[in-house]
Amino acid sequence: MSDEEKFDAIVIGAGPAGTACAYVLAKEGKSVLLIERGATPGEKNVTGGRLYTYSLELVEKGLYERAPLHKKVVREKIMMLGKESAITIDYVDPTFVADIPQSYTVLRAPFDEWFASEAEAQGAMLASGILVEDLIEENNKIVGVKAGEDEIYADIIIAADGVNSFIAQKAGLREDIAAQAVGVSAKEVIELPDNVIADRFNLNNDEGAAGVIVGGMDGVTGGAFIYTNKDSISLGVVLNPEDTAQHGKKIYDILQDLKVHPSIYPLIKGGTTIEYGAHLVPEIGFHGMPDKLYKDGLLVIGDAAGMCINTGTMIRGIDLAIVSGVAAARAILKNEEYATGDVGQLYIDELENLKLLPTMRLYANMHKILSLPRMMEVYPSLANEMMQFMFKVDGNLPERADKAMLHILKKHVTFGQLISDGWKGFKAL
Amino acid sequence: MTIRKISPEELLSLDNFTVDEEEPHIILNKAICANCSEKPCLIVCPAVLYTIKDEEINFDYAGCLECGTCRIVCKNKGIKQWKYPRGTFGVAFRNG
Repeated sequence: MSDEEKFDAIVIGAGPAGTACAYVLAKEGKSVLLIERGATPGEKNVTGGRLYTYSLELVEKGLYERAPLHKKVVREKIMMLGKESAITIDYVDPTFVADIPQSYTVLRAPFDEWFASEAEAQGAMLASGILVEDLIEENNKIVGVKAGEDEIYADIIIAADGVNSFIAQKAGLREDIAAQAVGVSAKEVIELPDNVIADRFNLNNDEGAAGVIVGGMDGVTGGAFIYTNKDSISLGVVLNPEDTAQHGKKIYDILQDLKVHPSIYPLIKGGTTIEYGAHLVPEIGFHGMPDKLYKDGLLVIGDAAGMCINTGTMIRGIDLAIVSGVAAARAILKNEEYATGDVGQLYIDELENLKLLPTMRLYANMHKILSLPRMMEVYPSLANEMMQFMFKVDGNLPERADKAMLHILKKHVTFGQLISDGWKGFKAL
Repeated sequence: MTIRKISPEELLSLDNFTVDEEEPHIILNKAICANCSEKPCLIVCPAVLYTIKDEEINFDYAGCLECGTCRIVCKNKGIKQWKYPRGTFGVAFRNG
């Protein structure tokens, strides 16, 4: 292949990370090849999910107004499920949607396809339906990619190939992902008329709701989520795969049972499931990232780099992917401008400047709280039983409230466990 | 239609697949699987594509959602190959 055919950059994977990177580079006049294994970008991708708008603003101001986003999220729900009961905290905050809305619900197939077309409009070359199988290395530097019979070269390769991260593994930057570092998610998209969804979730026209669900997962470490889209609801579970295997109840069955839980069923009843998806989520955040996010000629971004934040109430991935794509692009541009030669370090510097790494570090130990064995089942059940006591009337003489609460507490946990969990939780913060 | 528990087959029938008839992307070494006492794949595959038939493990790659869960829980390496389907093949989500 002649020098004229060499690209400035090759991006592997047209998800939010790769496309953001290709967009910024192409806008600055770089020759960028964006390679996607799906026949169209987005068709391999699944989200919960929602997108935090600030990240798209970082790519281009006002870009979000053209994006096929669903509903601006004004309501945040936390649902704690007992066997049949549930406690729901429903937080509504109009300041989240004043001016530029903080976040939108989103479905990835249409979003990723649109985003890639925007990168194309900036001059990036999109090659869909091509699976990159390997990297080309010369003198310890990554210089190109192999896809079938083709070898394509570039000054720099960006691995944005998602959570399974085969390219980073081939480059020797990471081992295969560990089962405890990821959650497996299964999701149904359930079609329902827009006005029905608005009524059930107390929403105005273009507003949406997002919910995290704890408890009700048959004791498996994990949780669930619900998002309202235009004319559909996304409902799914995210479970620890090893823990699920040990418990022995299929992921599929846990989701099917969740659908008919008395607190969930009324929200989705009458709906029609139109799609079933599954995906891995890099759940544990900072400690799940590879030690090094680059090597000579290669940068790793987005899910491929394990970028995810799970605080228990917030799950962030798409925004971090986009930010890391912008960081990689800025590093490449700076490297050219100042000829430092160390684009990898510049990339890390950008991740620091854009607050991605500092935020991930801040929440680095959250997964330790969330994976405490009692967190996802015992405490939600305990809270539900206390609620039941507070509202139950059957004509009999009730127990004294303080004694009743103590009984319920003792039924679920020992004081030793309570102190231990409290201490572990405190330390993890 | 209304909300109910749906079978895995029915759920997968809602998705679009272009099956690569020439090259399966996931290949098992059934001799290893036969000796695996845990078989976590039976539980964790969201599409329930791993099944036991006549004491032998069976896997149908045609309905694979390409998540990768089976690979990461397979400690005994009965999955001797797990790669993405060739370009344009496999699942195609319309919503995602």
